[in-house]
Order: sequence, then C-alpha cells, then structure tokens
Amino acid sequence: MSETKSFNAKDLSEIEKLTAKYPEKQAAVLPVLWYAQDKFGHVDPSVQKLVAQTMDLPEALIYGVVTFYTQFYEKPMGKHVLDVCTCLSCQICGGYDILHYLEEKLGIKAGETTPDGKFSIQSVECLGACAYAPMLQVTNDKYVNHLTREKVDQLIEDLKAGKQPGFESNKMPQHENGSD
Amino acid sequence: MPNDWKTYKPLLLPAIKDLHEISIYEKNNGYQALRKILKDRETWSPKNVTSEVKTANIRGRGGAGFNAGLKWSFMPEPDGKPRYLACNGDESEPGTFKDRKIFEFNPHLFIEGAIIAAYAMQVEVIYVYIRGEYRPFVKMLQKAIEQAYEKGYLGKKVQGSDFSVDMYTHMGAGAYICGEESSLMESLEGKRGYPRVKPPFPAQRGLWGRPTTINNIETLANVPLVMNYGADWYLRIGPDTHPGPVLYGISGHVNRPAVYEYPAGMNIMTLINDVAGGMRGGKKLKALIPGGSSTPPLRADMLEGVTMDADSLREAGSMMGTAGMVVMDEDTDMVDLIWRISYFYAHESCGQCTPCRDGTGWLEKTLRKIKNGDGELRDLDLLLAICHRMEGRTICALADAAAWPVRYSIDRFREEFERKCKKTVYAVA
Ligand SMILES: Cc1cc2nc3c(=O)[nH]c(=O)nc-3n(C[C@H](O)[C@H](O)[C@H](O)COP(=O)(O)O)c2cc1C
Ligand code: SF4
Ligand code: FES
Repeated sequence: MSETKSFNAKDLSEIEKLTAKYPEKQAAVLPVLWYAQDKFGHVDPSVQKLVAQTMDLPEALIYGVVTFYTQFYEKPMGKHVLDVCTCLSCQICGGYDILHYLEEKLGIKAGETTPDGKFSIQSVECLGACAYAPMLQVTNDKYVNHLTREKVDQLIEDLKAGKQPGFESNKMPQHENGSD
Repeated sequence: MPNDWKTYKPLLLPAIKDLHEISIYEKNNGYQALRKILKDRETWSPKNVTSEVKTANIRGRGGAGFNAGLKWSFMPEPDGKPRYLACNGDESEPGTFKDRKIFEFNPHLFIEGAIIAAYAMQVEVIYVYIRGEYRPFVKMLQKAIEQAYEKGYLGKKVQGSDFSVDMYTHMGAGAYICGEESSLMESLEGKRGYPRVKPPFPAQRGLWGRPTTINNIETLANVPLVMNYGADWYLRIGPDTHPGPVLYGISGHVNRPAVYEYPAGMNIMTLINDVAGGMRGGKKLKALIPGGSSTPPLRADMLEGVTMDADSLREAGSMMGTAGMVVMDEDTDMVDLIWRISYFYAHESCGQCTPCRDGTGWLEKTLRKIKNGDGELRDLDLLLAICHRMEGRTICALADAAAWPVRYSIDRFREEFERKCKKTVYAVA
C-alpha cells in the first residue's frame, strides 16, 4: 500500500542549496524536513527515512528532531489543519469558544481528523497574534484573525471550495492616519 | 525631543507607505548609518561602533533587558576563524507579537542594524532564526534580504569596502524553548532544542563551538537609529536607565489592541486608557501582565504611576520582559488564566531538568484541580513549595518563567484562589 517515497533531481538540487547555507550539513535538518513536509504533506517514518538517507544522517537523529517540534506532522493529517490558539490572550478573548464551535461544526475533537480526511483541528499555544484574538492558523501558513462564528463558517466553506485564506495585514493604529 | 507621546512620531515603524521596499527605505535615510560607517572606518572602527552602541544603552528587547553594546564587547578578538551573529525572531512568549511588525513594515531597518552589529563584532555570517509559524513573515524578510544583496549591502565587499557579510533565514518548527538563546543555537545546528549549560557563554562557545552573539530583532532595529543620530540623542528618548523607542504589544480586554510604538517609560494607565482606547465594554481593569506570560501579573491597584521601564516595573513587583502587555478586565478568572499559563509551560518544557519537567507538570495538574473545584487550601502551599523547588535550579530560565506567574498570582489574588478551594477541615488528633 505505502508507495516508496523519493526525491527527484530538482528536489535534490534544492536540498543541496539549503545545505549550502551552513558550515555543517546537520544544520539543514529543519529546512530539509520543511521541504519534505511541503512535498509529502507530513514527515511520517517513511519520509524520515528518506530524509536520513538523503542527508546521510542517522534515522534516529531525524526522528529525534521531528518529535521535538510541534509543526512537523508525524503522521498524515487532514488536508487543512486548523490550529486554534487557546493561549493567554486568546483564552481571555474567546479562543476556547471558537475551538468548541469548530469541534461542534466538524464533529471532531481537537487532535482529531474528519473521516473524509479534509480537516484536522488542534488547540495550540500563542501564535504571536495576541491583539487579533481569537485567531487560528491554517495548515502552518496563513493566520485568520478576529474570529467570529460567521468568519469560521466562511473559512470552512472557502477551504472546501479550494480557496485558501489570503494574508491579513494588521495595520498599526499609528499608521492609519499616518503622514504619507 | 520626542518624549510627549501625543506628538511622538514612530522611529522604528514610521508611517511611510511601502517602507519594506528597499528603494523607499533608501529614500528615507535608509542604509545611511551603514554607509557612514564604511566611509569613515577610522572614526567608525568596530570598537568605536560597539562603544557608541554601548553608550546608547539599548536594552535587549527579547526579555532580559541587557545592554546590547556591552554584550557585543564580550566577543573575543577575531582569530581568523568563523564567528556568528544569531538574530532572535522566535517570538513565542505568550502576549508578544511585535518583531513580526518589523518583518512586515520595516525589514530593512533590522537588516541594516544586523549588518552594523556584524561589522562591530567582525562577524561574516548572520542567521535570522524565525519561528516556523511566521512563515509568511519569513518570506517577507527573505525578499528584503534579496534586495539588500542586489544593492550590495549584503554579500562580498559591502559597498566596495573590505567588509563582507552574509545573512540567512532559518525557520523553526514550533517550540517556545528555541527562543532561549542556547536552545536557538542547538536548533540552528539541526538538533532538538535543548538549552546548553552556561558557562561557557555564547561569546566563548556558540554556534559550532565558535564565538556567537544573540540579539532580538527589535534590539537590532534600534542600532541604525543610534548610529544615525548618535548615542546622546538616543539617550534622550525615554528614561535615562531604559532609553529608546519600544514596541508595546497590547492585547486582551482593551478597545484597540495592537502594536504601538512610543518611548520607553510610558505610563501604564496612559497606554491602556488613551493609547489602546480604554477598557472594552466599559469594564473595570482587574490586572495586567506587563511583558509577556513570564512576567508577574500586577493587580490594578498596583499600577498607579507605574511606567513601562525596568526600574519602575521592578519596584512595582514585575518586569519589562517583551513589553507584551495583556490587559484583563474584572470578569477574568485568574485561576483559569494562571492554569492556562502553567499548561503552556508544562507543554513547552524541554524536559532536560527534573525540577522543570516535573515542576511544570505538577503546577499544571494542581491548578487544574483547583480550577475544577477539587482543590484544597493546602494545595496553595503545595504550589508555592513546587515553585520554590524550581526557581534557580535549572539549566535555563523557563522554570523560573513558569514559577513566577503562579507564585505572584497566589500572593496577589489569594482570595480568588481560596474561593475555589474546598474548605476541608482536618481533625487534629
Ligand atoms: C524560555 C525562554 C524563551 C525565550 N524566548 C525568546 C524569544 O522568543 N525571542 C527573544 O528575542 N528572546 C527570547 N528569550 C531571551 C533570549 O534567551 C535572549 O536573551 C535574547 O534573545 C537576547 O537578545 P536581546 O539581548 O537583544 O534581548 C527567551 C529566553 C528564555 C529563557
Ligand atoms: S529549565 Fe526546563 S526548558 Fe530549560 S533546560 Fe531545563 S527542562 Fe529544559
Ligand atoms: S495568545 Fe493567541 S496569539 Fe498570542
């Protein structure tokens, strides 16, 4: 069932470029894992093995790194991973309400994936968007801020229709009536 | 001088459209500090640049408030082998969200500051460590770095001088601890982010065993200001002991939560009531966390006359930290809040030291019990005892950062904690 994974010639030249930034190849482990996760959607044991072989490093070392960092997916996740911040500022500004609403809406709990493999939900730590609470991050990429139930509904519909959220710039109030 | 906040014009993040583009940045005095230094190397030898920055007393904006120039001066004399500058853009302390503004709105100010720092420490390679969740911001910075290479501010022979420097971004992957400087270096070397035992300090043995300095992004963004206008000018912004502009990240129950730039030493009540538009829904202020989750919470009645600088906050019983201010209104459940902070630290402890690994776990479990109504009064003493066994007994400061909010909240909001505890009476035999 599980097809063998591999890097093609273009991947290998990208990986070489990533490695060239450092005096020692091991330093490229995080960038290469990111590269692999972008390509395969996760870094499960089969991908870890591929990375280890490609970089000529022990598999145990790659496994150790993958398991230390929360953004590396150790197993396949839903197509869209919704990371809802429930930390400090988000906690006191309705982060849990948004999390529970999403859980109810998608019929799964935080840490789970919908049976159709479309969505995963996670409750996560501060994402550095505290003033724009409550908020969530979509699949390690864009932030969706100032969440309301309506905004969550819209986001789910957009994602189902294949539309990714855009980058939300949060202007500084001091820029709003700025000089230029 | 720009000390009246009402007329203050931002220096780190000025309101200039498209300032992130190098051509606009150059038109607005950008890269002039670097040019000035490279044009007159006699006046601006690496030692003299370091000493100017040291005089300006830029206090580290990553949380510890250490004088940046003084830190640079700890680097040993060059020995011909590599040495490094690592810029800390991990920004994972709950309540903190300001370095991302620099990446988005004024990345070249930071890049210029980092180049000057590299020059002053005679470093030829700069790494910028940015938390993995900030992927869109990493892309923004990368674009700015490419522009700086094109214009000859980065790369071989900067502006025709004999000074060469490279800058690379390095993306984390979700780990608060990687903001701690030695953990950051481990992560950069491609390892699990376990903090290192100090000494040796990074200036002696840093990245790949070579001399390394770690500075926060906002700290480095202050450097071109000092070099353009001089340390004397810089020292006149804000309080003598804590000078310069500060990015205040205000979140929680205020009407206009956002990042604001004002001089250090702003009055806290002015920041809450005037700058951030006052309390949401006309509620009463209950408490403030002044500088990220690690800094002890202050009760509203403790804030009278307190200003956002190291001295005033220390006197009030807290710390400046990252100036990420979390404002809480009268409806906030402090036990719930402190439990959630403890959950964060238990989740983020790297697990190397027993007092931290077990301590953060026990703080979380005990607070959960209390918040769920199953706690007893003696659990409050247990919490304090756990804090005592964590503080100052570990490899890095995460254990202290986890203990302080608990210790000080029990002290400052004791009644609220007691109200949640069962009044079990033990028979004395
Ligand atoms: C647990 C822990 C987390 C930290 N996280 C950060 C961070 O996210 N960003 C940062 O700049 N400094 C962080 N620091 C502080 C760094 O260790 C270091 O002091 C700082 O980056 C130095 O830069 P500065 O002197 O310019 O502030 C953290 C410290 C600890 C103990
Ligand atoms: S104090 Fe905690 S986070 Fe720091 S090294 Fe020890 S176990 Fe790790
Ligand atoms: S607390 Fe949610 S983004 Fe900071």
